[in-house]
Amino acid sequence: MFHVKHPEFDVIVIGGGHAGAEAAHAAARAGARTALVTMRAETIGVMSCNPAIGGLGKGHLVREIDAMGGIMGLAADRSGIQFRLLNRRKGPAVQGPRTQSDRSLYKAAIQDLLAEQPNLQIIEGEVADLIVDQGRAAGVRLADDVDLCARAVVLTTGTFLRGVIHIGDQKFEGGRMGDQPSNRLAQRLHDMALPLGRLKTGTPPRLRSSSIAWHQLELQPGDDDPVLFSFLSNGPVVRQISCGITHTNEKTHDIITANLARSAMYGGHIEGVGPRYCPSIEDKVVRFADKTSHQIFLEPEGLDSDVVYPNGISTSLPQDVQDAYVHSIIGLENAEILQPGYAIEYDFIDPQRLTASLELPDLPGLFLAGQINGTTGYEEAAAQGLMAGLNAARQVAGHDPVILGRSDAYIGVLVDDLVTRGVTEPYRMFTSRAEYRLTLRADNADQRLTPLADRLGLIDPARADLFSAKRDALEQGRALLTQAQFTPKQVATLGIAINQDGQRRTGMEILAFPDVGAQDLVGLIPGLAEIAPHIRTQLEIEALYKTYVDRQQKDADALRRDEDLMIPDTLAYHEIGGLSNELRGKLARIRPRTLGQAGRIDGMTPAALALILTRIRHDERLRA
Amino acid sequence: MQTIFALATARGKSGVAVIRISGPDAHEVAGRLAGDLPGPGRFALRKLRDAGGALLDEALVLRFDAPHSFTGENTFELQIHGSLAAIRVVEAALAATGLARMAEPGEFTRRALMNGNLDLAQVEGLSDLIAAETEAQLRQAQGLFTGKMREFADMCRADLVRAAALIEATIDFADEEVPVDVSPEVGMLIGRVLVSIDQQLNGFSGAARLRHGFEVAIIGEPNVGKSTLLNRIAGREIAITSDIAGTTRDVLEVRVDLNGLPVTFLDTAGLRDSDDAVEKIGIARARDRALAADLRVVLLDGLQPDHGFDPGVPIDLRYKTKADLTGDGVSGLTGQGVDQVLADVSAALADRVTDLPVASHERHRQALVAARACLSEAKATFEDGATGAEIIALHLRDGARALDSLIGRMDVEAILGEIFAQFCIGK
Repeated sequence: MFHVKHPEFDVIVIGGGHAGAEAAHAAARAGARTALVTMRAETIGVMSCNPAIGGLGKGHLVREIDAMGGIMGLAADRSGIQFRLLNRRKGPAVQGPRTQSDRSLYKAAIQDLLAEQPNLQIIEGEVADLIVDQGRAAGVRLADDVDLCARAVVLTTGTFLRGVIHIGDQKFEGGRMGDQPSNRLAQRLHDMALPLGRLKTGTPPRLRSSSIAWHQLELQPGDDDPVLFSFLSNGPVVRQISCGITHTNEKTHDIITANLARSAMYGGHIEGVGPRYCPSIEDKVVRFADKTSHQIFLEPEGLDSDVVYPNGISTSLPQDVQDAYVHSIIGLENAEILQPGYAIEYDFIDPQRLTASLELPDLPGLFLAGQINGTTGYEEAAAQGLMAGLNAARQVAGHDPVILGRSDAYIGVLVDDLVTRGVTEPYRMFTSRAEYRLTLRADNADQRLTPLADRLGLIDPARADLFSAKRDALEQGRALLTQAQFTPKQVATLGIAINQDGQRRTGMEILAFPDVGAQDLVGLIPGLAEIAPHIRTQLEIEALYKTYVDRQQKDADALRRDEDLMIPDTLAYHEIGGLSNELRGKLARIRPRTLGQAGRIDGMTPAALALILTRIRHDERLRA
Repeated sequence: MQTIFALATARGKSGVAVIRISGPDAHEVAGRLAGDLPGPGRFALRKLRDAGGALLDEALVLRFDAPHSFTGENTFELQIHGSLAAIRVVEAALAATGLARMAEPGEFTRRALMNGNLDLAQVEGLSDLIAAETEAQLRQAQGLFTGKMREFADMCRADLVRAAALIEATIDFADEEVPVDVSPEVGMLIGRVLVSIDQQLNGFSGAARLRHGFEVAIIGEPNVGKSTLLNRIAGREIAITSDIAGTTRDVLEVRVDLNGLPVTFLDTAGLRDSDDAVEKIGIARARDRALAADLRVVLLDGLQPDHGFDPGVPIDLRYKTKADLTGDGVSGLTGQGVDQVLADVSAALADRVTDLPVASHERHRQALVAARACLSEAKATFEDGATGAEIIALHLRDGARALDSLIGRMDVEAILGEIFAQFCIGK
């Protein structure tokens, strides 16, 4: 039994990765006295995998984090050395901002942003154990027996649970290369008999930039008009660079095939499940045997760094084989491997165990975020960190948790997928996971989330002012586009091809035509000339999707009705006749919060939902 | 989950009556009455006794262990003598165990559905099977019950998953080595599903009619012998016949099994200009029913041929009556030519039930119509080329969701699975 003194912190965040940094910042912004505890403060914000932020679905998450006042977008913008908007030629809903970041600049930006944040203290130390008081997480005990007390704890320790690193047939215990595995804490979690799963992920060998024959390679530059992450940013602040592109060839594949048995993956040393969308080069060669070549992006790790991350050849082969196959690739004939590629295996806690606020009901006051919940990727981690930190702070202050819906944000999709569907491979965001993809766009993340963040007190006045100015400008533009209707004859005078069907149309409706921009309408709506270009672009996007979004709104409303229907935590699923044993087991395990969430459980049927609804009504009548 | 029991055979005197017990306590319940039980998948002859040891009946006890039973639960069948008294005392003894209750109507089937032993279309097929009166209906119900809908659904589903995967791959993995132009294959896949859906919908009315039965309206002027023909077909006096014109006022129905097809013949009021208010209503009703019927048989008076009668509705078959007087045509009185009428009707309807689709319930039709609308929109969007992949994906998703009740949920995991199986994702 620990002697618990008056807590000096409201929220303690364990871990300084992407989930931890965002969690600590969010908790502090939400008004909680917050401490971030990490083994080495110097590693806060480190990018342990590839030096890039964003992408499809992921870029959307970063925009949302930023719209809620988070730090990932700002750090990515301050460190971005190659901005590219993915899917530039496709519809705006599926365009995702991405950047290569300078590793050290990114880390520095995160550390600066944390340091500037009031209410937030960084504490260096090894967390040995959790303090539990009256069944609640009440702080952490450090390895030097110092106790830090708090009223809620956010655990963001990534791959530390039974983390094992494999290079060929060699293996080491540890989270990342060079980190200490932390074990008493792990033991406590194991003792709680939580449902665990095992995953694996891989990294490629890191190469010395000066040993690569860049002149032989195709180069991929960034965009001419870079699109950034933060709604506060205006443009890149550091020099922009290009990435190199090369390919594996048949010789590479022959070397890999000949040495498959020596790979940790194929040699039977690994039991964890790897991500299908990020296979090792061994996997690619085996599963897609008919392909004679695979693309590799050579991503510089920074402006002044001599390290290159060859994206596309992650591996768990022994070092000598890595040497051989790297040298078989054009441009890499003399490449020097600075750090061999490795695979890492780790346990995750089945996120179906968590509540939608990311709290672990087995130990109230303990919130989990990031890789420990079975996700992969910096952005997915940061998004969970944001929500876990925010909800920990709200719980301490006695407020209800904030839960974003699937029709509100990619963050809502992410959390709901985790707690409802669980994971079978490292979970990564894709735009195809979002049913309301046309509404959940990167361009409107601020309109979707900043008003909420403002109400929750998460954003500073500067952001609030910027947002309200933008909102007013959009309102003004919308008014111009909807207040008058025009005949096809009038529209044709602008040189726009239109059916002479006698149908009068609003500016918004005309803007939805292919290849019609706001600029084209100035002849009929002179006020549009006064609207700033970025506002006009936003209005064009709204017009483009309006009919579809309106149609989807009905679905979204139906969803919201189901989401409003709360399932009492006490609902006795075993008493509901007509439910299959399998479903009953899943419902009892996941304990969906709402009827909508229950509907998304794998294998759920409309008939079973009707039975649950009937039971809720029945119980309500009994209580009435 | 409670254990349930019910009489599976019709209540009444019969050689054998079957009582089914299903649920977690089925073993215990059956054991209390029968004592020693046979092994799984076996049967044994046992004396059933109540708690006091009194003999209830002698029964053949059949045992089915989960999941190898109709409901997917542990199940016993007690085949007892088909005596009202025996049934009553065995039911009472089962209820008296306190471990089982009488099943609600359809509860065994509902459990089979819940446990995944049957899908919804199979449940519909089962209910059709039990209701089937004719051979053609039986064959139709068997198609649904044995999973023909699932086959159709699996085919559509595979194509839609593939089409969605191709589209989503170009969206979510733009940076990867996926094909840039997937349009030929996506167009082909959506087109193929649309053709399958259209086949189902085109044959739907025939299939629905087969389920409910066909209607054949007998129409003609008053007193041509419509009611006499109906009575001959029925083999008994259903309609009042007299030589007073306008005897039949309302529509009379006779349901027969015509070479396996369920057919209802409608006897209607004679069509003529009338001042009688009641007869006028009858005539209007006759025209309405004739229009709605699957087939219209017009009878013409053999004694007054060629005076240019126009019934005001389309004619499918026409016959001259009163062959007993003229020697030519049909006579309901003597039966002459009636076999020919029935053969003609049967042939005309048989044409409509060849190659029937499996969709035969209104629920199927609604799902198919909704899906066709979405997929047609997807195809149109696709062909116009100007609109983005994200819009096509939306229509595809809506289309798949409309088919949800037929094909089961097609969620993002299925689509991602297809993408990762097809393309080498992961740079």
